[in-house]
Amino acid sequence: MNTDTFEPVIIGFTCNWCSYRAADLAGTARVKYPPNVRLIRMMCSGRLDPTFVLKAIAGGADGILITGCHPGECHYLEQNYKALRRFQLLRRTLAQMGIRPERLKLVWASAAEGVKLAEEITCFIEEIRALGPLDWPALTGERIPVASGFISAEEGGR
Amino acid sequence: MSASAKPKFAMYWAASCGGCEIAVLNTHEKILDVDANFEVVFWPVAMDAKYKDVEAMPDRSILLTLFNGGIRTTENAELAHLMRQKSQILVAFGSCACEGCIPGLANLSNKQALFDTVYNSPSTTNSQETRPQPETAVPEGTLKIPYFYPVLKTLDQVVDVDYYIPGCPPESHQISAVIDLVIQVVQGKALLPAKGATIGAGESTVCDECPRQRNIKAIKKFTRIQELKVVDPALCLLEQGIPCNGPATRSGCGALCPQAGAQCIGCYGPAAGVIDYGARLMTAFASVIDSTDPQEIDAILDGLVDPAGQFYRFNLASSLLRASRSAWKSQ
Repeated sequence: MNTDTFEPVIIGFTCNWCSYRAADLAGTARVKYPPNVRLIRMMCSGRLDPTFVLKAIAGGADGILITGCHPGECHYLEQNYKALRRFQLLRRTLAQMGIRPERLKLVWASAAEGVKLAEEITCFIEEIRALGPLDWPALTGERIPVASGFISAEEGGR
Repeated sequence: MSASAKPKFAMYWAASCGGCEIAVLNTHEKILDVDANFEVVFWPVAMDAKYKDVEAMPDRSILLTLFNGGIRTTENAELAHLMRQKSQILVAFGSCACEGCIPGLANLSNKQALFDTVYNSPSTTNSQETRPQPETAVPEGTLKIPYFYPVLKTLDQVVDVDYYIPGCPPESHQISAVIDLVIQVVQGKALLPAKGATIGAGESTVCDECPRQRNIKAIKKFTRIQELKVVDPALCLLEQGIPCNGPATRSGCGALCPQAGAQCIGCYGPAAGVIDYGARLMTAFASVIDSTDPQEIDAILDGLVDPAGQFYRFNLASSLLRASRSAWKSQ
């Protein structure tokens, strides 16, 4: 693995009412963040089905960013708390699948926090770059990797 | 009708326990209808037949093959391809063939860990640490045994499948209904369902068939059912904090387990429209936790001692991730 040339692929889920607008604000204000993140807009972080996260991983993502309104500020009253609970449950399940929980990150960002969101995205990309590629094998269907070393393939303890 | 004029029937088992065959025999006198309407040409658990007998059959000469079991070894895969080639209708029969089932849980571990567990456990005497090898040289020649794949696959990840009959095992009354349907089709009185359909089950969830009372779910604690002294016989189990897989599991069993006082463990697989069974359960479980504080949520989640085992007990091999990272990386 050559980390010098590894560019992480991050899928970022954003809320229409806050973090998507924060990203928009960052763009308007010409705040820079690396292009590794692909932002997807949803109406609410509560719309985040864990299926989306699993599909992103199976499709080759190295990290997943979930963003939403600050606690108490959800446009739909309390759906961001559901996102929080799904996030915490997903992290536990993914750890059992040999995926480091750090590959899943939750960030609260209001529509005014374009700079903060850009900083968080930049920081997360560097964290994932340090972790290296996830390279989920299901990506290529029937491929069975020939790499040796059973234990070293495991990320973190189980 | 002479024996040779009857349509041919086969049933094969791959990585499975044999419970599916028991379930078929558990249809009682209905099995006589199978005998009356079909010529059974290959069914290793019930009759003597060799693989070469099947290989000698013309392609597509078997009308109906019920294939149970996941694809664990090269032998399983070869037989899956052979039965596909020889059959007009290939049915993934039971949870193992449909979604991997309990054998698929091995996908959480890498191949070395699996072999260590089987051949080096404290209860096993194996001082020379012998491991099965695909090929072994002996004075008489080379002995070969099937290769063990690091990741167990479902039947439809290996060959094209026409229909799915879920369940661990499929309920006998559902099998009987399918037998009746197939006989009617053979007699020209009914049409086959659309290819790829799940038959012998419902479309909805186990909750839909469950008579327990449901109110507003708000859970402060998850507890395994064996740790509870008192379980309310009429109230929804999930509302009592018992991890019940009913919300994501396909109907068809009649909610047998919840009615008997045990939680649904999900043996009928994902309900219609569910892409990832575990993800649907994670959504359901996270939604009912009554807390907005991260520390408290973590404490509540500690009650789910084995999330992957809870959410993917039967479904891991057909989930979006299919196997753990180390299983994928092993060989």
